[in-house]
Amino acid sequence: MSSMQDHTVVRSSRASRFAALAGIAILILLIAAPLWAGRADMRLLGELFLYLALASLWNLLAGYAGLVSVGQQAFVGFGGYLLFALTIFGGLHPVLAIGVAGLLGAAIAVPVALLIFRLRGAYFAIGTWVVAEVFRLTFAQISVLGGGSGSSLPVSIVKSVAANRTMREWTSYWMALGLVVLVLAVVYLFLRSRRGLALTAIRDNELAASSLGIDIWKTQFQVYVVTAGLTALTGGLIFLQKLRISPDAAFSVNDWTAFVIFIVVIGGIGTIEGPIIGTLVYFALREFLSDLGTIYLIVLGVVAILIMLKAPKGLWGLIRERWGIELFPLSHRVIYSKPDKEK
Amino acid sequence: MADPLLTLTRLDAHYNDFQALFGIDFDIAEGEVVAIIGSNGAGKSTLMRSISGLITNGASQISYRGEQIGALRADQIAEKGIALVPEGRQLFPSLSVEENLLIGGQIGRSGPWSLAKIFELFPVLQERRDQASTSLSGGQQQMVAIGRALMANPDLLLLDEVSLGLAPVIIKSIYDALPQIVGGGMSAVIVEQDISKALSVSSRFYCLQEGRVSLEGESGSQTREAISRAYFGV
Repeated sequence: MSSMQDHTVVRSSRASRFAALAGIAILILLIAAPLWAGRADMRLLGELFLYLALASLWNLLAGYAGLVSVGQQAFVGFGGYLLFALTIFGGLHPVLAIGVAGLLGAAIAVPVALLIFRLRGAYFAIGTWVVAEVFRLTFAQISVLGGGSGSSLPVSIVKSVAANRTMREWTSYWMALGLVVLVLAVVYLFLRSRRGLALTAIRDNELAASSLGIDIWKTQFQVYVVTAGLTALTGGLIFLQKLRISPDAAFSVNDWTAFVIFIVVIGGIGTIEGPIIGTLVYFALREFLSDLGTIYLIVLGVVAILIMLKAPKGLWGLIRERWGIELFPLSHRVIYSKPDKEK
Repeated sequence: MADPLLTLTRLDAHYNDFQALFGIDFDIAEGEVVAIIGSNGAGKSTLMRSISGLITNGASQISYRGEQIGALRADQIAEKGIALVPEGRQLFPSLSVEENLLIGGQIGRSGPWSLAKIFELFPVLQERRDQASTSLSGGQQQMVAIGRALMANPDLLLLDEVSLGLAPVIIKSIYDALPQIVGGGMSAVIVEQDISKALSVSSRFYCLQEGRVSLEGESGSQTREAISRAYFGV
């Protein structure tokens, strides 16, 4: 968060400076959640952070890099399974295992990208889904991890996170909070960097970008690999909270991609703020309506359709058009440290 | 004539099954300004797209500084020092004027052009540096497109229909900037429908008709009748 502030001083609006201060205040409040929130609230918040992380990552992938993947559950499940494998068979501490899962998630994304980057548009989307199914079927074959029925995290490993249940819940809450701060910081700094400018240019006009020397393949490849790594990290945390994993839960297209796309689309694709708004709206709907069962899903669908029709840029797009505010100052970048670009 | 900077040898270009260029032979020397004229659909923009790598050709059909570049990608060709000012400007709407220019400079080639130099050439862009590129007038957008290409410090600048859709007074101000641009020894290929404009700023020209070179020569050497014939094919 502190590095975000270094940048905002340069060319920020009053809204973005206020947002930075408010962000820090909210962050402190959230870190101190054990002091004011109940057990159920903290569980909910932790889950919200993990969804926000997934949504921000998918937004970077689809909204900025133009890579519309419907197979990010491949990396969520991969991260989750690696947490189990590395702790049970590798004897790693769960926190370390999640970090390693993230790195391996990025590593496995390299051959996956080499394969699916041959596809474009709708074919790319379908290809990512196929890859996720291959992941699911592969992990279902691994009998030491429970095969198709899955397995639970042994008690001794669960206890190694923290000795008592309260402390464990606090730890997993703080890790989720830390993750979402990390993801937002990575996305934000990435977009503010030279690469972010190139990414926006590619999204706006691929032909013009390539004729100005931007290597589209390389730029998209980097985004894909970084996103996969952080998604696997998130997956590890998700299944550390759940303590149980099965192929269907780990590679669920509904839980880890469909809801995530819903969040990004209603919040506003291609903006950092969009996934934040979208996550809040999604959790609000879920908390109030999930008792209704099927009707809840119908309501989600109707909300998504209405917003796509009436506000294709999402709720944040509406807000930005009406008031012209931007909480994460991206559009007024002026500071470039390369000397030949300075006046 | 000195060794050519860029040579096209029997260049063919296709859009899927449709062949747009047939055996084009073309060359341009260092520091030279060459015009390409021709009516709509003659293949002028296809030629620009071929040179800049947006259409892939046979490797040996395009050579630049003695290197075969016909099969390279657009970004690789840009790195070699060939910059395109595309038809219709193709600015990045999400980016400000300054960011559009900075994108051009990302390639990191050294040379005389910098943000400050572009603002010196087109002062109006400095006043509007923070505005969205789409909020500018057509002529100012064209200045951004030219500036963006210059930021790459190219050795060869491809200008595709820079006067399209602009008022005559704006076209004049853009062409008035041309001597400052090529004065430093940069080569330029200028695609233009306005024949007299094209001939007045170039030393040689090629006229295309239905994908083939129908006439070429020194810009002052041909009669209007000969050019009209080559242009319209009548």
